[in-house]
Amino acid sequence: MKQKLVSSLLIILGAVFIAVMLIVPLCTVLAYALRQGWETFASAIRDPYAIKALRLTLLAAVVTVALNTVFGVFSSWAISKFRFKGRQFLTTLIDIPFAISPVIAGLVFVLVFGRIGWAYSFLQAHHLKVVFAVPGIILATIFVTLPFVSRELIPLMQAQGNEEEEAAALMGAGGFKIYRKITLPHIKWGLLYGIILCTARAMGEFGAVSVVSGHLRGKTNTLPLHIEILFNEFHLTAAFAVSSILVVIAIMILILRNIVEYKGKKAGSEDVR
Amino acid sequence: MYVKLEHIYKNFGGFRASDDVSFSIEKGKLTGLLGPSGSGKTTILRMIAGLEQPDAGDIIIDGVRVNDLPASQRGIGFVFQNYALFRYMTVFDNIAFGLEVQKKDKKFIKERVQELIRLIGLEGMEKRYPHQLSGGQKQRVAFARALAPNPHLLLLDEPFAAIDAKVRKELRSWLRETINKVGITSIFVTHDQDEAIEVADEIIITHQGRVEQKGSPAAIYKNPTTPFAAQFIGQSLILDDYTKLHGFDKTGTYTQAVIRPEFIQLARPGKHLYQNAAEDGIVEDVFFRGNSLEVRVNVKGMRLVAHCSLEEEAFQPDDPVSVLIYRLFLYNHDQVQLVENRMLEDKNPVFI
Ligand SMILES: Nc1ncnc2c1ncn2[C@@H]1O[C@H](COP(=O)(O)OP(=O)(O)OP(=O)(O)O)[C@@H](O)[C@H]1O
Ligand SMILES: [Mg+2]
Repeated sequence: MKQKLVSSLLIILGAVFIAVMLIVPLCTVLAYALRQGWETFASAIRDPYAIKALRLTLLAAVVTVALNTVFGVFSSWAISKFRFKGRQFLTTLIDIPFAISPVIAGLVFVLVFGRIGWAYSFLQAHHLKVVFAVPGIILATIFVTLPFVSRELIPLMQAQGNEEEEAAALMGAGGFKIYRKITLPHIKWGLLYGIILCTARAMGEFGAVSVVSGHLRGKTNTLPLHIEILFNEFHLTAAFAVSSILVVIAIMILILRNIVEYKGKKAGSEDVR
Repeated sequence: MYVKLEHIYKNFGGFRASDDVSFSIEKGKLTGLLGPSGSGKTTILRMIAGLEQPDAGDIIIDGVRVNDLPASQRGIGFVFQNYALFRYMTVFDNIAFGLEVQKKDKKFIKERVQELIRLIGLEGMEKRYPHQLSGGQKQRVAFARALAPNPHLLLLDEPFAAIDAKVRKELRSWLRETINKVGITSIFVTHDQDEAIEVADEIIITHQGRVEQKGSPAAIYKNPTTPFAAQFIGQSLILDDYTKLHGFDKTGTYTQAVIRPEFIQLARPGKHLYQNAAEDGIVEDVFFRGNSLEVRVNVKGMRLVAHCSLEEEAFQPDDPVSVLIYRLFLYNHDQVQLVENRMLEDKNPVFI
């Protein structure tokens, strides 16, 4: 009886907390966005700068996710399947983006590639622009979302151990065949999950991108930056309307995430049996 | 000699897992690597397979030094301790894997896999996944998978470790027969001496990364050549002060002795033929062992274990008992010697 009381109390507490902290603000975003009617909402979304920002956000996300997936797969493969000097160190390095503030990440790129940076003259000589340009935004996003994929894969691959791969190698299979036939089926749900998390984070990244972007409207503004500008200029309805794009994308990603998690769990429980 | 290891050394960090390992194995023989946990059995097997590189020494298979040959080109079948079946493939695909790698044609693969599935007695289970099999069935699939590409050497790491006692006995004789049928040179690892003695043509005893002794099961049992082998094989007990026993004197530098149940005969007091060679003891415990009784007796403060036939009238705890010890293995730090009870020899009128 008493236990039941405690558990329902905890559940209510949790629900209220989530409602106040998450659901109400998100609903507010949508409500505020639609406050002045559908027309204003639509025109804010159809604004050419908003569309350019969305394009840039998607571009940065796609490039980032692709590169980080490749990097994540290779690094987790190396870390979990081989023993080499500095393995532990590499594992720690990969986690750095989780530990330091995105703003610092952005500053690092400015310091390296910017006007005061040591790579500046080289870039200048080759007519390349990194800071205050799209490459900088992509670099910053890659930095911030670097750990997501490998973080998912390393525990999975370590748990699988080496023996199935060794068994395949003993039968003469080459590295690629082993990867395709044995490693990939094992990690595929974890990989997908990591990719989804990485995508979500890449689209929402603000701090690091804000430092390197330079806020050039229509050129280096991503959606989150565009929202900030609208907000600062007191276009509140427009800011919330554009925000709702991000919210909708986030919700879609969350639903996808849950499906993947569910499928992955199902596949996982079958292994154990 | 088919497989030959010459002065193999292997270190893991500062730990010496193989310490001057040398042995050789004849073609067609089934050899057991027997030793306590951590004695380096798996390490030896993995080096032969090419999954681990020795720090020094040569591995020669069929007259060719294979040290620099990658695992995939050695043509060795390997059965892992926990099978390592491909969990996302069916039984059929598991067994077919090696053949597919060799790019054999579909029809051939199908026939060969069916043949192996018949051999392991799992007809009708081709479409199952590893998690739908029992431990014994997984074991058989792992065995068939290793055999499929026709390896010329089969290595098995504790093939029965994860299987319960009854099935293990069946599988043992099944494996023995199947390996004979296929006629493949095989090395298997075990830390169970009954298993090694029952299954192997030859046993190699490992201890702390070294090879202690190599020989037929009977030879290993009867003539251990190192102190460790004497203690490890059989149901051996160590005696610290063997000179207290009738008929055994301090011999050379031997400080300790090993005694086994079969060296001891128990009788009711006064009933021994060689009464003066026997010791008086007290029964401490009696255990039923299925086909015999195990009797623990206390002789001069030493606890000995003997076996008794079920036919005789059973001893009870606290019964006085007459204990005749036929022989002991005496040992010091590097030698072993079998000595017979001197009092029994004295009865023998032949002197040289
Ligand atoms: N990859 C490794 N890294 C470090 N030490 C290792 C490694 N592999 C084995 N060892 C050590 O080498 C020793 C021998 O290991 P090995 O696996 O060969 O023993 P084993 O005889 O097979 O034991 P078991 O019967 O328990 O399987 C052990 O002490 C082990 O800790
Ligand atoms: Mg082992």
